[in-house]
Amino acid sequence: MYVAVKGGERAIDNAHGWLAEERRGDRDVAELSVAQIREQMALAVNRVMAEGSLYDPDLAALAIKQARGDLIEAIFLIRAYRTTLPRIGASRPVDTGAMRCDRRISATFKDAPGGQVLGPTFDYTHRLLDFLLEAGAEVPEAETDEADMVPKPRITEYLGRDGLIEAEADSDAEPPDMTRAPMAYPADRALRLQALTRGDEGFVLGMAYSTQRGYGRNHPFVGELRIGAVPVEMEVPELGFAIEIGEVVLTECESVNQFAGSKTEPAQFTRGYGLVFGQTERKAISMALCDRALRWEELGEENVGAPAQDAEFVLSHADNIQATGFLEHIKLPHYVDFQSELELVRKLRREAGAADAHAEAAE
Amino acid sequence: MSGGSSSAVAGVVAGPAGTTEGSSAMMDGQAEAYNFAYLDEETKRMIRRALLKAVAIPGYQVPFASREMPMPYGWGTGGVQLTAACLRPDDTLKVIDQGADDTTNAVSIRRFFQRTADVAVTERTAEATVIQTRHRIPETPLREDQILVYQVPIPEPMRFLEPRETETRKMHALEEYGLMHVKLYEDIARHGHIATSYAYPVKVEGRYVMDPSPIPKFDNPKMEMAALQLFGAGREQRIYAIPPHTRVVSLDFEDHPFEASKADQACALCGAEDSYLDEVITDDAGTRMYVCSDTDYCGTRQAAGEEAR
Amino acid sequence: MTQDALSGGFADPARAAAEAFRASLDALARPGTIHRASGGSGPAPLSPAAATLLLTLCDAGTPLHLAGDHDTADIRAWVAFHLGAPLVAPGAAQFALGTWQALGPLGAYPQGESEYPDRSATLIVECGALEARGSRLTGPGIATEARLSLPETEAFRANAARFPLGLDFFFCAGDRLAALPRTTRVEAG
Repeated sequence: MYVAVKGGERAIDNAHGWLAEERRGDRDVAELSVAQIREQMALAVNRVMAEGSLYDPDLAALAIKQARGDLIEAIFLIRAYRTTLPRIGASRPVDTGAMRCDRRISATFKDAPGGQVLGPTFDYTHRLLDFLLEAGAEVPEAETDEADMVPKPRITEYLGRDGLIEAEADSDAEPPDMTRAPMAYPADRALRLQALTRGDEGFVLGMAYSTQRGYGRNHPFVGELRIGAVPVEMEVPELGFAIEIGEVVLTECESVNQFAGSKTEPAQFTRGYGLVFGQTERKAISMALCDRALRWEELGEENVGAPAQDAEFVLSHADNIQATGFLEHIKLPHYVDFQSELELVRKLRREAGAADAHAEAAE
Repeated sequence: MSGGSSSAVAGVVAGPAGTTEGSSAMMDGQAEAYNFAYLDEETKRMIRRALLKAVAIPGYQVPFASREMPMPYGWGTGGVQLTAACLRPDDTLKVIDQGADDTTNAVSIRRFFQRTADVAVTERTAEATVIQTRHRIPETPLREDQILVYQVPIPEPMRFLEPRETETRKMHALEEYGLMHVKLYEDIARHGHIATSYAYPVKVEGRYVMDPSPIPKFDNPKMEMAALQLFGAGREQRIYAIPPHTRVVSLDFEDHPFEASKADQACALCGAEDSYLDEVITDDAGTRMYVCSDTDYCGTRQAAGEEAR
Repeated sequence: MTQDALSGGFADPARAAAEAFRASLDALARPGTIHRASGGSGPAPLSPAAATLLLTLCDAGTPLHLAGDHDTADIRAWVAFHLGAPLVAPGAAQFALGTWQALGPLGAYPQGESEYPDRSATLIVECGALEARGSRLTGPGIATEARLSLPETEAFRANAARFPLGLDFFFCAGDRLAALPRTTRVEAG
């Protein structure tokens, strides 16, 4: 006799056991420590912090280990961890102009006060597999020098002084918080930037790339890209002043884009903005291009129907935790719905067959 | 602050009871570090306020700031957040997926609440005070003292006709549901029938058109019931509700009235002719048999049948 | 009765709020039914049921209007300590607390918007008594009809006529609680 399938609980337990075994891998190979991941897989850690919206390299490294290197899974672990934590308060806005830059480049000026700082970049490496790394060769220590304490003002400030770039209005308005309020459209720029900074790197990159290929082209130059540490300060009401509670590494990209102008307004460059946790420059540049594309309305540009101009489309699909969950949920059983479709298709076929038979009989 | 040096820029956060473990820690039996029913109280208050407005405006989708849960979006995070916001310590919880208590995702969600809320659980519909479901309404009629929580993937009934939230929101505001009727009528023109067999749209109390979640249309008539029905869509950040004894009408046309259909068979295990049936392929020759999708209903009937013998 | 601002919170916040929320959910889902809500208390004239409801639903994210005799220094201090809810005029309120006379006129509160009818105020009405008799109630949540001792009928009839916009009400007396959503049709008993 047929007995309905049972054993869900045991199946889950066994699957978890197997997963743990696979995570560990060959026990003859030394186990990775969280510190090793944090130090040697730093760019993966940065991505997990950025898209997980939690600045904590140790937790991000732990998440990567637990997720077997699946970064979206690691981001998910971080998001699930952070979401129900009680909030003590909010930091003051960080001043990226005072960043201690590890890297600072401009594509719009050959040189500028503060200079160009190449920093630890892959840019000019030849992408040749380095078999010395496989052999475990000792890495020679890089030359060091005194820290460069020269201030590095923002490049766009020089354009702004001459009115060559649109002015960014100061605002003390409290920005919305997409982790505490449901997304609502139209979304203002602060909300769009939040969604982009935690959006999937691949998705934001693809959207940015599409603008470069003509789907909403906006002629971007990297006005400035800077990576480095900034202090984080928090107001303590009991003290009456702000105290430094730590520092975070950020990547900031300001793009300088096609100029706008009219008979009444002189021509001016426009801006796109990207700001992301950690050393994450591909993401920050992509974000700046997407931000600029989404600003078409406020800049009085034409909507050419490009995907990157469509805020509802971009923001609804940028989150990889939402996307991966919904995509993968089709693995769950759907046999009740499938059954009702099956009944319907059979019924339609039966009736079509009956109608054909009837038509034949009439001929 | 968790981990000593850790901090978050966008809203400084603190870890629960000094732990630095991720959500998996809870799965390893460290539920003490988490609040009753997992969610923090601020989150519960936000969900509870949205729930009250949902009950006050039957069928209207209330936006809420859905949280990331320790299970993926699309796997019941909306339902789980509603259940977490509603559970009392002395509740008895039942969780079903496809009508069955033993499907893996139902097992996973039931365990989650056993661990985080320490509530009693049951597979018996009649014993449960809160029932979380995916894709079915139990066959046993629900009572006044029960709550049915649905997991909803796409809460907007017109989403596949108009993908823009900004547009569908206007349609609901203006009670402009012509698009929906055009779609159903096109079905009739093409197939001779309305070709929607699950997630069949309903109109609630004569006002809002609502997606009943992907239940088979067989279940639609049951939605006029004595229990409170709550719908949670986590990824889409929407909550809606049908209070008890509320009019729920499946959309149709005079010449094509709504029909709640199922396989024209009886259950091979319990003989029920009034319950929704799953079709099972039992051998290489493709032989089919039909069994109740509601495992509690089927099991109860089988037990009663054996007693009678 | 005097009570200082620091006392009157839930002894076990998660569980007490869970119990109180279910009472309020049941009350709103079944208009006219009377439930017990206890666990919280505040300075007079705040009833235990209203204090419990506020502790369950309000926090720094919910602007609150205190009407008439409920706008006292003691209650303000209690709200500041336990809820952190900003105190506002009726036009900005998400919740309002007071007697029926003090809360009026109802038109002053947010009624919701056609695209967002949920953005409307919830009024917590302090009553001398709460009985299952008086006005006749019909509508969603009610199998046939229910009775509730409401302060009047016309205001509720007008409120229901605005559906899907409108206000929702909780009525509190001692530790007893009932509710009236905007969907309920109210007739003189």
